[in-house]
Amino acid sequence: MTEDAQRTAVPPQESGAAGLAAGPESAGAPPSTSITGAARGRRAPLEWVAHGGILIPLVVTFVVLAAISPTFLHFTNLLNILDQQSAIMTVAAAGTLVLICGGLDLSVGATYALAGVTAAQLTQTAGPAVGIAAGLLLGLLVGLANGVIVTRFKINSLIATLAMSYVITGVATISTKGNLIVAFDHPEFQKFAATRIFGFTSASLIMILSVIVLAIVLGLTTFGRYVYATGGNSEAARLAGVRVNGTRIAAFAISGVAASLGGIIDASRTLSMQASSGGFLAFTVLAGIVVGGTSILGGEGAVWRTVAGCLFIAMVGNGFNLEGLDPFYQQITLGLILLAAVGIDAWSRGRQR
Amino acid sequence: MELSAEPTAPATHLEVVEVSKAFGGTQALDGVSLAIAAGSVHALVGENGAGKSTLAKIITGVFPMDQGQLLLRGTPVSFGSPRDALEHGVAVVAQELALVPQLTVAENVFLGVEPRRAGFVRDRELGARFRRLTASSGFDLPADTQAGSLPLASQQQVEILRALARNAELIVLDEPTAALSGRESEQLHEIVRSLARAGRTVVLVSHFLREVLELSDTVSILRDGRLVRTSRSREETEASLISGMLGRSFSRTFPSKLLPDAKAAVSLDVRNVSAPGVHDVSLQVRSGEILGLAGLVGAGRTELARAVYGAVPVTSGTVVVGQRSVSGGPAASIRGGVAMIPESRKEEGLVARRSVRENVSLASLSLVQRFGFVRRREESSVVGEALALVDVRAAPSDSVVTLSGGNQQKVLFARALLAKPSVLIADEPTRGVDVGAKRAIYELIAGLAADGVGVLLISSEIEEILGLAHRILVIRGGRAVAELEGDAMTEGNILAAAFATATPAAPAA
Repeated sequence: MTEDAQRTAVPPQESGAAGLAAGPESAGAPPSTSITGAARGRRAPLEWVAHGGILIPLVVTFVVLAAISPTFLHFTNLLNILDQQSAIMTVAAAGTLVLICGGLDLSVGATYALAGVTAAQLTQTAGPAVGIAAGLLLGLLVGLANGVIVTRFKINSLIATLAMSYVITGVATISTKGNLIVAFDHPEFQKFAATRIFGFTSASLIMILSVIVLAIVLGLTTFGRYVYATGGNSEAARLAGVRVNGTRIAAFAISGVAASLGGIIDASRTLSMQASSGGFLAFTVLAGIVVGGTSILGGEGAVWRTVAGCLFIAMVGNGFNLEGLDPFYQQITLGLILLAAVGIDAWSRGRQR
Repeated sequence: MELSAEPTAPATHLEVVEVSKAFGGTQALDGVSLAIAAGSVHALVGENGAGKSTLAKIITGVFPMDQGQLLLRGTPVSFGSPRDALEHGVAVVAQELALVPQLTVAENVFLGVEPRRAGFVRDRELGARFRRLTASSGFDLPADTQAGSLPLASQQQVEILRALARNAELIVLDEPTAALSGRESEQLHEIVRSLARAGRTVVLVSHFLREVLELSDTVSILRDGRLVRTSRSREETEASLISGMLGRSFSRTFPSKLLPDAKAAVSLDVRNVSAPGVHDVSLQVRSGEILGLAGLVGAGRTELARAVYGAVPVTSGTVVVGQRSVSGGPAASIRGGVAMIPESRKEEGLVARRSVRENVSLASLSLVQRFGFVRRREESSVVGEALALVDVRAAPSDSVVTLSGGNQQKVLFARALLAKPSVLIADEPTRGVDVGAKRAIYELIAGLAADGVGVLLISSEIEEILGLAHRILVIRGGRAVAELEGDAMTEGNILAAAFATATPAAPAA
């Protein structure tokens, strides 16, 4: 009984933003259980897919891979997936906030590369601590600039951040003279991302920590509420006294910092980075967010969804690798998954009209 | 009652027979019959919600009718869409223009019916047709100018040309001069006359009684969705038209009025405020008082409310709440003790896909937070209390879109209550809600006033204003034109002030 009530009562949109990271519904679940159980109507099956949906393919893929591939369940393989995804998931978790408040940040790839090369370069002259701090600061500045451009000058965020990404890539190319920056002779820089703690790399742990923090910020704070309200109906939020522009700027700033953190993680892992390294990152990240079920139209989504979406994509990729399948099919598969995710979102919105 | 009982004479262009239309529980049109003579200018007048726009929309195929019949030159017709109506020669020029601003005037006029060959538009032929059309209609419009860059009056002419290009013989003008300056509307008057001279039939929906009397041959007065009478315009006067609109049936009961203390402190003091659509308005609301803002749709009441609340910046003047002047947008207004129920709950009120709880607490999260974290238990309890006060029985975790219109409106009241305002601005608070919810909202507003809140109430339903307000300010053309108190608060006085000298004169800048 209790279990049933619990299951029906959890309102899908706000069910533990910290869900995946912090385990099942946190202890302090709201006492609204009694009323909700009765009041909540039945949902069409496809709507279930849209709301809790991403968990189903995630679990199915996991089980299938575990069944067909003997190596998949290996601890090393799983840790490897996590390690490889650290940068992407950090950036994606922050990007979720931008998407929910109605924006889009395409500059994350460029910011990632700029912060990575800056950290690697400064490590060689001033040490890793200064390098990492400088990289993060650059990310913050880029994010603030994005936010101000989008809100004050009312430029569509897609275009504004696309333009910004050209500028940043240009700056990074000039500062590196187009070279690959290597820091092979500075193994202490590698400690930032590649230290092993209980088998996890420090990169994975940084990612997990960022994800938890962002999930808490989005799910439990007033700022998180304002993010949802801003993306859900910005005029209503403004009239309710929400500082809509400030909220947007903060979301872009968080995204900028996360992008630079991702770049520093990858520069540290591989001890190398160049201005063009961010290439497709913005789109990989966007795919993870959207596949997770966060709406591209804003107002809805959650950090745990993004984690699930990124993991799902990563596991599909891992499966292709383990089975030795043609990577081109992997891309086709990813494309179809993305279309399905957006299609389900559009469909569920249509139902609520 | 000398309504259109005459049989379908050959001179009748369109006959409306016993047409009824309901929206939800509201009867917008109730058995209306009238005959529109070919080549005449036929005006429809009535106060807000009398049904004239609904009738215009039924004639032009925008809405289907529930009951009744349309006879076009004696033949029964039914229009499934405006396009369908247009194919029968009936066109509408609505208040909101439907031009493509980036296209040229000529392209707009022939949009969708361009002369073409093998998929390519024949530009020369298009130009020639345009010149023929302007010559025959007497319009002077540049063919190659972008439509969006023209003044509003010219854009309306483009729309009329578009109707003529499709051989429309009956053209419905829905409040054509509402947004025009004096000179522009004079031009439009000339166009209406020339259309009539050319044998076209014009149906004119207008709030401007003088305009109606000058332009039309026949006028039909509607009230409460019923036809009051159809008569020759030259037999009517502004006063006779207004008295025809009077006497709406007062079907609802209102909470008894608790007169505010005459010495009560002033809650809201608006001093010489101007803003887009608002010209130098001053008003005061005492603690416990309900000040009703009456006026026609588009008179500037909502603009005034938004300026007072800070939703749009004021261009001059000050808003004082209690003792402090408030400026700096909605956030500052809420902190200063002002709450607003916006005109459109869907567009400006609710965050549709979030829960009832989040919608209620949105403006008051500072009360239930610690170190930036929302204290969920505290939030649930204050939201629960607010929902109980406004009597919403939905679960706080339900998505707010699943609620009825009335409950959605109450959610917005709960949000306002939670902010503990000293001033409440309620803009059309009962729009689109059922009768029971209306009654509940009246009680809420009266109860808030009884608790000392100063209320600024906007409603297009005059009976609501009369039933709730302690004092009434009539707004016309963005200005406060009359203040009514005590026995002077009558429907007649409101309508007289709202319509009077209703030439669409441009407000002096």
